[in-house]
Amino acid sequence: MGQFGLTAYGSYLPFQSISRQAIFDQIGWIQGGLKAYAKGKRSYADWDEDAVTLAVAAARQLLNTTDAAQVQNLSFASTTAPFLDRSNAGIVAAALDLADRTHCHDSSGSQRAALAPLVAACHNQGDGLLIAAGEKKPVQPANVMEMLAGDAGAAVLTGSENVIAELIAAQSVCSDFVDHYRTAESGTDYVLEERWVREEGLAKIAAPLIASLLADNNMSVEDIDHFILPVAYPSHARAIARTCGIKEDAVADALFTDCGFSGVAHPLLMLNDCLDRAAPNSLILLTGFGQGMDAILLKTTEHISSYKASISVQDFMTNLRVEDNYPRFLASNGQFHPDWGMRAERDNRTAQTVAFDKSRDIYGLVGGFCTSCQTPQFPKARRCVNPECNALDTQQDYRFADIPATVKSFTEDWMAFNRNPPLIYGNISFEGGGNMFIEMTGFSPGDIAIGDKVEMDFRIKDIDDKRGFHRYFWKAAAKRKM
Amino acid sequence: MAEGIKDKVAIIGMGCSKFGERWDARPEDLITEAFEEALVDAKIEKESIDAAWFGVFYDEQNVGKSAYPLSQYLRLPNIPVTRVENLCATGTESLRGAVYAVAAGACDIALAVGCEKLKDTGFAGLPERTKGTFEDLYQPGFTPPGAFAQLGAAYAHKYGLDMADLKKAMAHVSWKSHENGFLNPKAHLRKKLSIEQILNAPPVAYPLGVFDCCGVSDGASCAIVARPEIAKDLVGENFVTVKSMQLSPSNGVEMGHQSWDGAGTITTRKASERAYAEAGISDPRTDISMTEVHDCFSITELVLMEDLWLSDDGMAPKDILDGRFDADGDIPCQIDGGLKCFGHPVGASGLRMTYEIYLQLLGRANDRQLKDPKFGLAHNLGGIPNRNVAAVSIFGMNE
Repeated sequence: MGQFGLTAYGSYLPFQSISRQAIFDQIGWIQGGLKAYAKGKRSYADWDEDAVTLAVAAARQLLNTTDAAQVQNLSFASTTAPFLDRSNAGIVAAALDLADRTHCHDSSGSQRAALAPLVAACHNQGDGLLIAAGEKKPVQPANVMEMLAGDAGAAVLTGSENVIAELIAAQSVCSDFVDHYRTAESGTDYVLEERWVREEGLAKIAAPLIASLLADNNMSVEDIDHFILPVAYPSHARAIARTCGIKEDAVADALFTDCGFSGVAHPLLMLNDCLDRAAPNSLILLTGFGQGMDAILLKTTEHISSYKASISVQDFMTNLRVEDNYPRFLASNGQFHPDWGMRAERDNRTAQTVAFDKSRDIYGLVGGFCTSCQTPQFPKARRCVNPECNALDTQQDYRFADIPATVKSFTEDWMAFNRNPPLIYGNISFEGGGNMFIEMTGFSPGDIAIGDKVEMDFRIKDIDDKRGFHRYFWKAAAKRKM
Repeated sequence: MAEGIKDKVAIIGMGCSKFGERWDARPEDLITEAFEEALVDAKIEKESIDAAWFGVFYDEQNVGKSAYPLSQYLRLPNIPVTRVENLCATGTESLRGAVYAVAAGACDIALAVGCEKLKDTGFAGLPERTKGTFEDLYQPGFTPPGAFAQLGAAYAHKYGLDMADLKKAMAHVSWKSHENGFLNPKAHLRKKLSIEQILNAPPVAYPLGVFDCCGVSDGASCAIVARPEIAKDLVGENFVTVKSMQLSPSNGVEMGHQSWDGAGTITTRKASERAYAEAGISDPRTDISMTEVHDCFSITELVLMEDLWLSDDGMAPKDILDGRFDADGDIPCQIDGGLKCFGHPVGASGLRMTYEIYLQLLGRANDRQLKDPKFGLAHNLGGIPNRNVAAVSIFGMNE
């Protein structure tokens, strides 16, 4: 049997973060003990991002390095999926414009949701599995998770050609150990006592599982080059490594300082950060904790040297915009309910008949390409938009999602309703042709100019408060300054 | 080009309500106010009217759909009434319907009415509305100022202007309209402003501030049109005639094709070219005595001066600052205060513009009367620069 493992990966962090000191400045009077965490910054997703869009963004980073035709199965992983009964993976697949025969499923239920399909793939040697994880954890003001959490997406792809990290073996253990929980009723995490979690939970679950996995594969803790233990508290990994006898310099950075714990996405995000810098033939022990544990052994191959992620985790973190506007942070995850004005009263009912009929236009950002005059255009139409052409029924599908564009006109609109005002929008011109009048994201007021480069981001377009629904579309995002 | 309607239709009476925040008036009151003025002006009984066109934009917040509100308010004798809507060109569309009916010989006398009761919506600006079941899925959640503000950014970029310099020309546009509106007893905003006040106003949508935006008003306006032979019998030898009425809607180029630079309105150029041709005007800068244009925002009026061929491309800021479109300039624009100060009750605006031109041509404009106006041009722009309906109408005395 040939090599089997990971062939590509991608990561995603939102544009902005908030300094933990800025959080503490507002909630320290309630929870003075949180001062211990009032350092560094935590990423946070804008109001128009959720677990689905974060997963899509990470998967698109992955697909920048890999042909989408390799994806046969899609697993969307999150505990903060926006829909309880609608395939969230189906939304991800539509945004990625994957083939309609792609097998899609949602993985949820614990912080191990992204590792569950990876463990299965390890056992089954399943090629072409794209795991796209996203987490936007709802946090209650002054709760410790407000300090510890961060929003992110991460994705990996399995395969047997050009493997960059071989999947060697995996073992799991289940235990109904409730370190935290969240229900529809609680809304946010109810977090149990830290030391109990570490000593009675993590240590007692991790140590025997890791020992068993290593023994069964004729390896020892000395062989581990990178130990990934993705948990919310940044000091736990080091403590568990000591318990297990894993060398200290093998402990992977928990990404606390510049990102925060991204829940289901965090095992993959930490893995990606590790792969960004790992040398060939490095042994990685990837674990995931949540009502038990998964432990997966991976070994990097010589292909890791030539693989380059489109944006590394470190680059994402380094370039996060750091804000100190606490109410804006709260509003981004629905914890702050100011009067947005009358324009927020607009009824955003979605005509599902149209949304389904135009699904590829809206979710895939697929427009038309006139075969008569070679003009790309959105939306695709019966007659070509080119005034010199206007040919009838000459258009082929043309996906704009991955085409760079430039700002042609813009405004910063303080009157329009937006949960992160001002609403910035304008006309953009795509390289190779095509013009769109579109909402923009990633810009701060005074930060945008005509001619700026933009790239397309899949985002929430409108929220229908009355019916608990929201719809997605694409926005022109500021090109990340890396 | 077709023969056109030049001098085939006379305007025999016009009326316009006071525009403004008419908290005490319902659409019935506004329409009656305008209609009774027009009826007296035309010296006819309402039973002489053969058919009517009724323009209302926000039907849900105004009088509801259909034509019967007009028939009911005016107690019309069950004559045909057609309700029309074409965004901010709605008032002009109602006039076009009436004018075409007379020109075609289908009616001897026809009525056009436009009305909007915006201040019942509860909004400071224009209310939110759906853009259509498909368009709502992808169109940005724009507001009118934000959509028109795009013109400012694109225009400054196209001509390499510093935004601060462009803003000075935009401020002059608003300053001039406030000066003019101050003299108009029917205007919504009758207050003079300094350039500094305009430039220092709170931002609405970059680069527009509050005083770059027009008033949102209640109001109604109407016209009674007739065959010229009838006009002679009713009002004598001197009457206003319609020289041309042209309409040009976007066909998607602005939204979807890179040939549009975003710094002007394609449709206004098309509609005005056709309107000048229909009216037999070869040199609008000489022949047009005054304009009432769709100055929903200061930047709109600025680019329209070029789109109407009254300024060379790139020269509108200079022409504006030179006073060319001021009350004492070569081609006064918004002598009645314009949308900016007379106000903008959407469905009435096109007819309000016509009303001012009508008064000016007949020498009835009192304090703001221009000297010997020959042709007046009314221009509406419904929608936003990306997708709009431009209407250009030219009026003059019968020849």
